[in-house]
This record gives sequence, C-alpha cells and structure tokens, in this order.
Amino acid sequence: MSIMSMTAVELGSKIRKREISVEEAVKASLAQVKKMEVKVHSFVTVDEEGALKRAQKVQKLIDEGLISGPLAGVPAAVKDNLCTAGLRTTCSSKILENFVPSYTAEAVQCLERSGAVIIGKTNMDEFAMGSTTETSYYGVTKNPWNLEHVPGGSSGGSCAAAAAEECSYALGSDTGGSIRQPSSFCGVVGIKPTYGTVSRYGLIAYASSLDQIGPIARNVTDCAAVLEMIAAHDVKDSTSVPRKSYDFMGALVDDVRGLRIGIPQDYFTEGLDEEVKEHILSAAKVLEERGASVEMFDLSLVQYAVPAYYVIACAEAGSNLSRFDGVKYGYRAGHYEGLHDMYKRSRSEGFGAEVKRRIMLGSFVLSSGYYDAYYLKALKTKALIKQAFDKAFEKYDIIAAPVSPSAAPKLGKSLSDPLKMYLSDIYTISVNLAGLPGISIPVGTNKEGLPVGMQLIGNCYEERKLLRAAYTFEQTRVYERPGVVKMGGEA
Amino acid sequence: MAKQYETVIGLEVHVELATKTKIFCSCSTQFGGAPNTHTCPVCTGMPGSLPVLNRQVVEYAAAIGLAVNCEITRECKFDRKNYFYPDNPQNYQISQLYLPIAKNGYVEIETGGTRKRVRIHEMHMEEDAGKLIHDEWDDTSLVDYNRSGVPLVEIVSEPDMRSADEVIAYLEKLRLIIQYLGASDCKLQEGSMRADVNLSVREAGKEEFGTRTEMKNLNSFKAIARAVEGERERQIELLEAGKKVIQETRRWDDNKEASYPMRSKEDAKDYRYFPDPDLAPVIIDEEWIERIRAEQPEFRTEKLERYEREYNIPRYDAEIITESKKMADIFEAASTACGKPKKVSNWLMVETMRLLKEHGMEPEELAFSPENLAKLVELTEDGTINSSVAKEVFEKIFSEDVDPEKYVEEKGLKTVSDEGALKEVLQKVIAENPQAVVDYRKGKAKALGSLVGQTMKMMKGKADPALVNQKLKELLDH
Repeated sequence: MSIMSMTAVELGSKIRKREISVEEAVKASLAQVKKMEVKVHSFVTVDEEGALKRAQKVQKLIDEGLISGPLAGVPAAVKDNLCTAGLRTTCSSKILENFVPSYTAEAVQCLERSGAVIIGKTNMDEFAMGSTTETSYYGVTKNPWNLEHVPGGSSGGSCAAAAAEECSYALGSDTGGSIRQPSSFCGVVGIKPTYGTVSRYGLIAYASSLDQIGPIARNVTDCAAVLEMIAAHDVKDSTSVPRKSYDFMGALVDDVRGLRIGIPQDYFTEGLDEEVKEHILSAAKVLEERGASVEMFDLSLVQYAVPAYYVIACAEAGSNLSRFDGVKYGYRAGHYEGLHDMYKRSRSEGFGAEVKRRIMLGSFVLSSGYYDAYYLKALKTKALIKQAFDKAFEKYDIIAAPVSPSAAPKLGKSLSDPLKMYLSDIYTISVNLAGLPGISIPVGTNKEGLPVGMQLIGNCYEERKLLRAAYTFEQTRVYERPGVVKMGGEA
Repeated sequence: MAKQYETVIGLEVHVELATKTKIFCSCSTQFGGAPNTHTCPVCTGMPGSLPVLNRQVVEYAAAIGLAVNCEITRECKFDRKNYFYPDNPQNYQISQLYLPIAKNGYVEIETGGTRKRVRIHEMHMEEDAGKLIHDEWDDTSLVDYNRSGVPLVEIVSEPDMRSADEVIAYLEKLRLIIQYLGASDCKLQEGSMRADVNLSVREAGKEEFGTRTEMKNLNSFKAIARAVEGERERQIELLEAGKKVIQETRRWDDNKEASYPMRSKEDAKDYRYFPDPDLAPVIIDEEWIERIRAEQPEFRTEKLERYEREYNIPRYDAEIITESKKMADIFEAASTACGKPKKVSNWLMVETMRLLKEHGMEPEELAFSPENLAKLVELTEDGTINSSVAKEVFEKIFSEDVDPEKYVEEKGLKTVSDEGALKEVLQKVIAENPQAVVDYRKGKAKALGSLVGQTMKMMKGKADPALVNQKLKELLDH
C-alpha cells in the first residue's frame, strides 16, 4: 500500500510508530502532487520547500515527544482563503495574486500545533463564490473521477486534492455548501460544522454569518480526527462558541439503532436527478436496516432558502470585499488618474465576473430604499427556516438529504446560467442559514461513473450523531479510488 | 435690516475614549508614535482579521449615556457604514445606526443667568479612522493607521441651541461631564473632542426650520464661536439677497474666518448600513447598568453646591476650582488634610492658575499631591515660613511635588523667630541708615518700608515681615 493511499489516521499511526518518517510522507505527497497536478490542478500554490523544512521540524518534535496527536506529520492541504504567514494566499483571485499574509489563520494554526505539514494552498472559486471551481483566476480544477467534469465548489481544489491522494486531508470552507457539494462530486467526506465551532480568524470572509471551516478527507474517521484538531473556542472570533465537548472520535460507533432519521420529501421534487434520488433512498434504507428509523416529512419553506441566501451572502460579501481596493495590498491597476479611478480600475481588473455580480447584488439589496424589502426580509426568512429545522429536530435526530440535484456537471456548462447554478445549492444552503452541522458522504457512483454523495444534517452541536450515522454507513461499503489515481496519473 | 432672524443649532460631537487599547483589537491608543507602529491585522483591515469588542468602551459609553440622562439600550448592535476612503482600511466603519447604545437624553446649560435643556437625540459607539498624510513633493499620499480603531462616541444633540454662547455652554458641559467620568481628556486641539455644527436660520417667530448646513474642522471653542457667527451671517445675507441656502457640508478655515463648501446633499453617499455579522449584540443588563450608575462621580453642579455649603468658600472660587476634575480633587483632599479650605482655594485660584498659564498647561495636567499643598498651608499659617518664601516653595511643589516640610528644612527657609537675633539685625539696619530713620521720624511712612526691606534682605527673607514692621516701629517710636 502506497503512503498516499493510506487514510490520514493510518499514516499518522505509522509515523508515530516510526515505520514511516515525516519526510517520507511529505515527499510521497509532493510526488503525488507532481503526478496529479497536470491532470487535476488542485493547487494554486505548492510549498515544496516549506513543507520539506517543516517535515524536519515536525519529525524532531515527534522524536522529542512534544507532539503526539493522531495526525502528527501527516501532509495536509488548505483552501486558499485561509491565511498562511509567509505563504501567498490568493482566494483564487487576481486581486490577491501578490498577497502574502503576516499571520496564519487560527484553524491552520490548530493543525500546525498538532503537527500537520501544509504542502500547499488549494484552488477554489474566486472568493468562494461559485459551485464549480471554474471562477478561479488560476485555472479550473478537474474532477479526478472524470477530467471532463468539474470537482464542484467552492472548495473544489481541497476535495480534488484529497480524492487524488495529493494530501491526506484538507481544509475547506462552507458558506452555502462549499465543502459538502464538492465532497459529494469528488467521492470524499466533508463536514460543515455548527456555526461557531471552528474559528473564522484568518479565513478571508465571503459571508461572515454563514462561513464555516471544516475538514475534507477520504473517510469519516479522518474527518472526525481533523475536526477534533480544529474545533476550539477562540477569543479572536466573536462568533466562536465554547462547546461542552470537543470529542468527535468517540462518536465513531458502528451502530445506529434507535436513531430517528427524517427525509424531507420536499427535497425529492422536480429538478432532482433520478439516479441521485435512488442513491439517497437506498442509502437511507441501509441505515434503516442497521437499526435506524427512517421516515419522510415536510420540512417546508424549501423554495425560499436560495433567494434568502443570495441576498444575505451577497450583502455581506459586498461589504467584506470592499477592503480589496489596491491601497494596502493586492493588485493595483497599472494606470489610473486619482484615487477614485485607482479604486475603479483596480477592482474592475482585479475581480472576476461572478465576484462583481455578487458585489453589485449585495450593494443593491443594502441600498437606501431596498434594505427593508430585500435584506430585512431575507433575515426574517432565515429565522423562519431555522424554526422549520427546530421543529424537524423535535422529531428526528438526523435529516438525510441529497447534496446536489445531480452529480458533477461537465466543465464549462454551469457559468453561463448563474441562476440555474444558484438553484443547484438548494439542498445545502439552508443548513448555513440555520447554522447547522452537515456532512457529505459518498454513497455510490452513477452510470457515468461519477460519485454521488448523501448529506446528513444535524441539530446545532450534534456533529456526534452525524458522525455515528456516517461511520455506520461507511462500514457497509468499500472506499473507491478515482480512475486517474488508480492509473497513477496516466488516465 | 428689517427682519429679525433666529439661529437654530444642533451639534454632533465626537469624543475619543480614554481606553488603553483600541475598540476592536489590543493595539495601544496612545497619541503620536511613529506611523503604523500601533497597528495589527485587525486595525489595518487585513483579510481574515476579525474585530473583538473592548468591554471598557461599552463601560465608558454607558457611563456617559447615564450622565447625560439617556436611556441605555439593553441590547445594542454594531453596524457597518460602507464608504471608500483610504484612511478607513476596511472601507467600512464599524459604527451604530439601528440600535445605538443610548438615546433620548439631555443636559442643562446656563447662559447669562438663564438655564435651559439641550436634548440629546442619541449617542453611539464607533471606531476612528487613520490619518492621511499628503506628500506635496512626490504627489502621493501616505496613510498612518495608528488612530484607526481608536474608540469614539458620537453624541448627537437635537437642534435646541440658539446662539454661539449656548453652543459653547453645551460643549463645556459635555466636556466637564466626560472629564469627570474619566472617559476622555476632551482636548479639542488634539482632536480627542470634535464638534460638527449643524446650523440654519429662520425668521423670528417662525415654526419651520430653515435649510441647514454642516460645518466641519472646528478645532477650538473660539473657532466654533466664530464659525457659528460667520455661518449665521452668511445664511442671513443669502436670504436677504433673495437667495437660497444650499444643504451642504462646509469646511471652516479659522485663519481666514470663512467657510468653504465640501460636498452638497446631491452627492450625499448611501452608506448601505447593515448589522456587522462579525460582532455579537452587546447585552447590557440591569445589574451592569446599576453598577455603572453607582460608580458615577459627583458632577460639577453638585460639587458647586457642596463646596459653598461644606467648605464655606465663595461661589466664584467654587466655579473656578470645579472647572477641572483634577483641580477639584486636589482642593478636596488638601482641604480635608489641613482643614483650611479657603487657604487651599487661594493657592489654587492665584498661584496655581498663574503657573498653569506660565507653563501653557491645562488644569488636568496638574501633578502635585494635595498633601504637599496642605502641608504648605500649615507651614504658612503657623508662621514657620512667611508668604514670600511660601510662594517660592509652592513653585517647587507645582513643578516637582516636593515635600514642603523637608524642603524648608533642607534649604533653611524657616522664619527667624528668635527675637534676639532679629533685634541685632534691626539695630544694625537703623545704625546704617540714619537718613531713613530721620525721614521716618519726620513722618515719611515710605521710609519704614525701605528699612523693612533692608532687614528682610539681611535676613535672607526668612523673617516675618509683619513682625519686622512691628519691631522696627517699637524701636523707632521710642
């Protein structure tokens, strides 16, 4: 078994037992990156030199007994919207092409304290706005399962890198489905934790009230291990919430007896791909066979989630992205006359079309005269959606649902119709609006050989229930590797 | 001029709070410092940085709110005010619009013996911006973010003032309240207190307000008074000429005593305010409010009454002393220590004020301890030192806070009370100045003064002049 085909926990265990050195692990990862990048292009920046240096340091810390976590020495990748001191952080935008942060995001620091070796920064939709990773200024990432398809987005680079075994695990961020949807498209596991669980300090904000960092890996156990490393109360983030327990590994039990699972039948209407539908229902059946109770119910308000989300997310984004102005850091237009022209040209040239669309939308909904009609109304809708979930969780421990209406679309098919693309977020978005935890786990492949994922949604702070159900389901199937990986990059 | 006009004025006052650290990060708020040295990722708007509210800011703001009789908002929120300008690193200012910390208050002012209330519409917390420095040689601008994130409160009055005198009285009142709370030093010159004046005029007797302008860049009380007068005249002239006042923001140039338009209502910005999603609502519960209320100091109005009653000093003295919290504190402590409030008051009113003026200092900068002033009063009263020596010693107390007992001892400044020694000197002086003695005996009172002076000189100032006078008379009158 090659180093990179091991799970993160397996590799961590071998490193701890000195069967594999950190340097060997990191070199294996970098070698796989070299092989895969020409095909998949998961990374914006690969930090070969930094990773090798860091490997020496981590090995020393392990040898001295100063680090002993389950993933110490294991190579990881982080999405390029997480600040890394001394390492370029672009958000896949031209406007940050030369931006080198002076500090490291809290979540990445958590990884580093546990001995992670960051090998590079993964590609994403520009400023996490998109569902395909095609809006990146640094080229599109391809789906390792079929290079003609998108990996999903916005954490497409992180999910593709994990699937292509370029890293053992990765961090992504999820504002409206950006971890769960590409995880589903790439056949990996991704968790969007309860809002406030992982510090957002150092995450370059898209929509502050919805953004949440989470783990992406090839199985549930690895995700739980990573979540344990990054979940912590952080005083630097006012929205960070102290939790009673940060034990997630303990929830990995192969048993769902007594678990009540609800399936929102309003998710199974027009627009949902038949094959996806079948996969979700049969996966639910598997859980039922293992002892869970499963029933259909009406969640309601489903059709209001997408419009409410785009109003709130864009309003926040328009304001969050105003700091990128060519004054302090990042791209500044080459020619301009005076301050306002510099702003205009730097931003016009520095941002891509989708980002500009969302900034304009956000500016519009906050404009005087429209605030009540759009922004306030969206906030009220958000509150109602949360209430609908509260009601559902009185009856169910977990909600099982599709992640996306279809498997990964072909490259170049999505961006021309943004409205349709926005609508494809329908199953993931309300989880962010309500601040809930969600997990995406692979449940099979469609006729084209593309992975299909199932989403499990829990009440706030109930990641443990999700992990238990996901882990139990995972025990019933064998992990599949994408073709390009099996072929060693030759496919 | 046939018509009579009434001036209508409302004020927006910004006050920098005296917290040690900034409103949303732990950088120092100290004034000055090399550019961009009191900065971090938060106050320079670096991507990914997040604000965390400094609790002391809420504490000060609530204390000011209570002191100006406002209702305190139990769950207030921060909003983002969006606009592009390089001194504002995020291109939005974190402020409060929808739920400010305090509203519906008032302060009492007194002008020319008349009392009135100036109502306060609302008060909110916000962050200050950085400073732009324009390089005239290189045609570029530089930005210093040291001030970025310094906490401010903005106090917005109702249009209740009618003259420059009322404006100054209102500002003085606010300044004193805030200084008494220790919430700010309120220095207009250094910008820790800034006032924008909204002014309109209307024909006397009319209900309806005229069109108002907003005046900025007012750096002293005098400039504010001049700007109020100047703007009143400008608007009346326009109206008299049959023209209209344009609603606009104007900039006052105090050197030229004239104002210039900055921007008109037409280019008024849409700030697209919305609640800042990075900050949680601030919950101010009853317990917190009660604690802040209990900690409110005694303000000037109460002090004035108490000083007259308790210390039995004239109203005039009390008014001057209570104009500064620092001075009032010194007065009270020194009076308690020596039990002679009027004497303490004299030292503060005369010598202290003189020295402050001489050194160009504010009363708030007084640094000597009240105990030393009290000791000085005692030394003077019991005749240990005479009044001219006392003045000399006080200068030392003022500048170096010396212990007057030790100082007098060390420098040998005690009044010579040994009558034998004095008599010797007197006889010597009489012997050496026969002409003066003759003159005195002929009835020239002035001659005695010259003899007293000679004696004091010979005794190096350490004699009690009254005693010298008396003894000289005794000797000469025989």
